[in-house]
Amino acid sequence: MLTNDHSSKQYDQELEEIRTRVLQMGGLVEQQIHNAITALVDRDYEGMTRVDKDDYRVNAHEVGIDGTCALIIARRQPTAVDLRMLMGISKIVTDLERCGDMAAHIARKSMLIFPQNVGRIPCIADIREIGGLAVGLLRTALNAFARQDAVAAASIVREDLEIDHKFQAITRQLITFMMEDPRLISISFDVLFMAKAIERIGDHSKNIAEQIIYIARGTDVRHVSFDQLEREAKRMDEDQ
Amino acid sequence: MQPSDLPQDVTEANLQASAPLTTQISFNNFNFYYGKYHALKDINLDIYHSHVTAFIGPSGCGKSTLLRTMNRMYDLYPEQRADGNLLLDGENILDKQIDINQLRARVGMVFQKPTPFPMAIYDNIAFGVNLQERLSRSEMDDRVEWALRKAALWDEVKGILKQSGMSLSGGQQQRLCIARGIAVKPEVLLLDEPTSALDPISTMRIEELISELKQDFTIVIVTHNMQQAARISDFTAYMYLGELIEFGVTDQIFIKPQKKATEDYITGRFG
Repeated sequence: MLTNDHSSKQYDQELEEIRTRVLQMGGLVEQQIHNAITALVDRDYEGMTRVDKDDYRVNAHEVGIDGTCALIIARRQPTAVDLRMLMGISKIVTDLERCGDMAAHIARKSMLIFPQNVGRIPCIADIREIGGLAVGLLRTALNAFARQDAVAAASIVREDLEIDHKFQAITRQLITFMMEDPRLISISFDVLFMAKAIERIGDHSKNIAEQIIYIARGTDVRHVSFDQLEREAKRMDEDQ
Repeated sequence: MQPSDLPQDVTEANLQASAPLTTQISFNNFNFYYGKYHALKDINLDIYHSHVTAFIGPSGCGKSTLLRTMNRMYDLYPEQRADGNLLLDGENILDKQIDINQLRARVGMVFQKPTPFPMAIYDNIAFGVNLQERLSRSEMDDRVEWALRKAALWDEVKGILKQSGMSLSGGQQQRLCIARGIAVKPEVLLLDEPTSALDPISTMRIEELISELKQDFTIVIVTHNMQQAARISDFTAYMYLGELIEFGVTDQIFIKPQKKATEDYITGRFG
């Protein structure tokens, strides 16, 4: 853990700044997802447009943070936990940017639906629920990043499974709607794409959690089986 | 192979797969004293054949002292003594019966500042060889060329072998010292901060040379430059206040050290 300061105060400051910027970017992405889902549920066309327009801010954060990472690596030749932190951040911002894209995607899809459809949107309550779960998961990931908490990060990987199950349930429901009333096929597809975007946000939060475990523990848990990850998490629990 | 099938420590596995490790030097419960000062405390460490081992640590931690024990450089100073076991190919070199000249021929050393003898480049190499072996003129020529080629210096000096070694640049002088060290065909080469007085290009050439030489020699290097240790060594030992804090595969030490003290030092959170 990053308890001690570097002999170089400037280096400390550079690392602290980049961590803060990741959290700022994460906060912005969280807000974008929340706004996109709220705009959909409230049928707020202006809100949808704003989310779509603000996506550039997320992209600008990604480019800026990546540039700073490269600069610190060139200047400081970081090792061990510092190196893992910068490698991890560079990957985390890619996942955050993809989450931002998903929010913009939901907003754009909503904008397409509303001019033509004023009737009932199938599964809208489920979309709101799964959206809330995804935003909560991303927030937990950002908190775990701020505290370098590998145990909390491991719990995210578990919680992502719940979003996956909910997405499968929504898919089944939408298929039923489509079979019962072919007039709902078009709108059901739009809703399915939005549910998929939310499910992807869960996956990206999981990727972020894996990077946090790598930063804090130096253990690469990408592509390991769920059982292996559970065992690793237990070991972390015992260590702490 | 799926990433999940890979062993956790891929680097170590690769290292071991490419060449099985043979211990060349072994410190067992090794202690060293400057008079009453206990400079090295209970060191247990294996140095592996045909690999580069780097010693890192802050000034005064004992890394140079540890290096110098391997060819008993301390014998020159009567108040310095060592106890425990220090095995070279299974033989305890702390034993008083050991022939020191023989030992130093087997364990060569290059110092921080280039120290060419004030004589011709050719003679710098031939001098040490003459003490150890009787070679004909042509055999000696071959040996000088072999050592200079190994030290990546031949092309630069082949036309000026009669010139003084002192006339070379700092980087060339250091490579000359390495050539001199390997000319007697030692088993182990000890390098005490060999590039700290050199410019980046000479440093790069020496580092490249070390990577090539490890095929034939066991190399132990003391360096203050941690990136250098990360670049050229297979194993790294971190020392602090005369104790060996952590020893392991270099890639592992620089990405995921096991001890917090090591992490603090290599990330610059020290002092």
